[in-house]
Amino acid sequence: MTARMPAGFRERQELMDQPRLSRTLARMAHEILEREPEVTKMVLVGVRTRGVPLARRLAALLAETAGGMPAVGALDITLYRDDLTTVGPQPVMKGTDIPCSIDGRTVVLVDDVLFTGRTVRAALDELIDFGRPARIKLAVLVDRGHRELPIRADFVGRTLTTTRDEIVQVQLSEEDGADRVLLLERTPEPRPARPRRAQRKRPAKGVSKGSVKATRKTPGKTRRGGR
Amino acid sequence: MSAGFPHKHLLGIEPLEPSHIETILDTAQGLREVLDRPIKKVPALRGKTVVNLFYEASTRTRSSFEVAEKVLSADSLSIATSTSSVQKGETLLDTARNLEAMNPDMIVMRHSASGAPHFLARHCRSAIVNAGDGAHEHPTQALLDALTLRQKKGRLKGLKVAIVGDVLHSRVARSNVWLLTKLGAKVVLSAPPTLMPPGLGALVPTTHSIDEAVEGADAIMMLRIQLERMSGGYFPSLREYHRRFGLTEERVRRAHKDVIIMHPGPMNRGVEIASEVADGPYSVILDQVTNGVAVRMAVLVLLLGGTQETQA
Repeated sequence: MTARMPAGFRERQELMDQPRLSRTLARMAHEILEREPEVTKMVLVGVRTRGVPLARRLAALLAETAGGMPAVGALDITLYRDDLTTVGPQPVMKGTDIPCSIDGRTVVLVDDVLFTGRTVRAALDELIDFGRPARIKLAVLVDRGHRELPIRADFVGRTLTTTRDEIVQVQLSEEDGADRVLLLERTPEPRPARPRRAQRKRPAKGVSKGSVKATRKTPGKTRRGGR
Repeated sequence: MSAGFPHKHLLGIEPLEPSHIETILDTAQGLREVLDRPIKKVPALRGKTVVNLFYEASTRTRSSFEVAEKVLSADSLSIATSTSSVQKGETLLDTARNLEAMNPDMIVMRHSASGAPHFLARHCRSAIVNAGDGAHEHPTQALLDALTLRQKKGRLKGLKVAIVGDVLHSRVARSNVWLLTKLGAKVVLSAPPTLMPPGLGALVPTTHSIDEAVEGADAIMMLRIQLERMSGGYFPSLREYHRRFGLTEERVRRAHKDVIIMHPGPMNRGVEIASEVADGPYSVILDQVTNGVAVRMAVLVLLLGGTQETQA
């Protein structure tokens, strides 16, 4: 499988390569362990699609250090989306799989990118329909800001400042054939078609070339976050 | 990746592309798990209203739609025409227009006349789902049969499926012939000469011998003898029908050794199917019922859910 490039977008910057991604995950695993030492009483629940392989990797890292393997589950939040019946995508259902009771346990919800927080809201509602966990923590590989709900992550791989119309794309070898995190930006609109030139007699040749660059929108600056 | 489902109504299998059928089956497979949850309710269709309008008797289909609607949190009301104004002589169009005035999002309809849901689709704003129209189509039954076959056999392409019984009156047979041939299964129809409609032979091979039809079959679908639609004279007696066309254990042995036996219900035990066969290990009749709920959930979600592919 190869990574998908959404229509109208192009790569702007590579935010993480494979070694950096695995170092980030290793650090997150340590942070989780520091705060939740009882690994066998923990359930890591990945949000489909890319939260699931991340949850599996974190579980393996926890098992290496702590000796015990936490349970791993998968959550398909499609049926809990707040935009399912309005403008949301036509649902592609892959199903939820929670392997054990979550009653009284610590659930660590795992997702690739934290953006508006709406996915997390849906995931929390769905999780609570499966039982009454002792506590729910949130782990995300990238926090890109722009929250629309009062939600924050407990474990963050990397914090980024982005503009709203950029896309943070996480690629994982399990799904996309490679491990990397990319920042995508909108491809600039193509120049207006020709016929208009006959109507409005401007601008003079020579000037137009320079004006192309001048009028091209400068994309929002991206700062390296990190903690 | 799913190809999507670009239709407003589900009136039949015949107009669907194979990829649309696969979208429904994939969605149903994904939704199947919801029925095993401790809390069998998801908020997907909160605030949507569905009217179940049944002009014919039904247990399985109606309760299956009702369960699917409840699991998805849609508000539903079921109208059995035996206790409604239809008894006072209201026409189908008037009933539908009056229901529409209450702004439902979907009408699920069963009617004894072929084409009744298509008529409704032309005159109503709501999404229409055909839950069986006369001897024409019963799309959700064919979809649940396909889902069951796919679960048990892992594929549909190349499977040999024998459909045996009262083909003449069976909308289930028609929808299944369309669906299975679109997805590449090999269908054989078998019925007594009086119960084999002309025309279907142009689509799939037919035979008057059940033994020939079940030979080497991967799946056998038995059809109910629809006594309520028969004006008499189609066959001498139920006992003779059972001897000539009933599915007995002996006939099951002619099929592939991993054969599965299906029946859309309700069964006439001892007529089209022997009790030992209906309760045998190869029978998947109850899986069909569970899959029926999953398929109906998929249809509800696809017709009432979103339509655009957007970034998550």
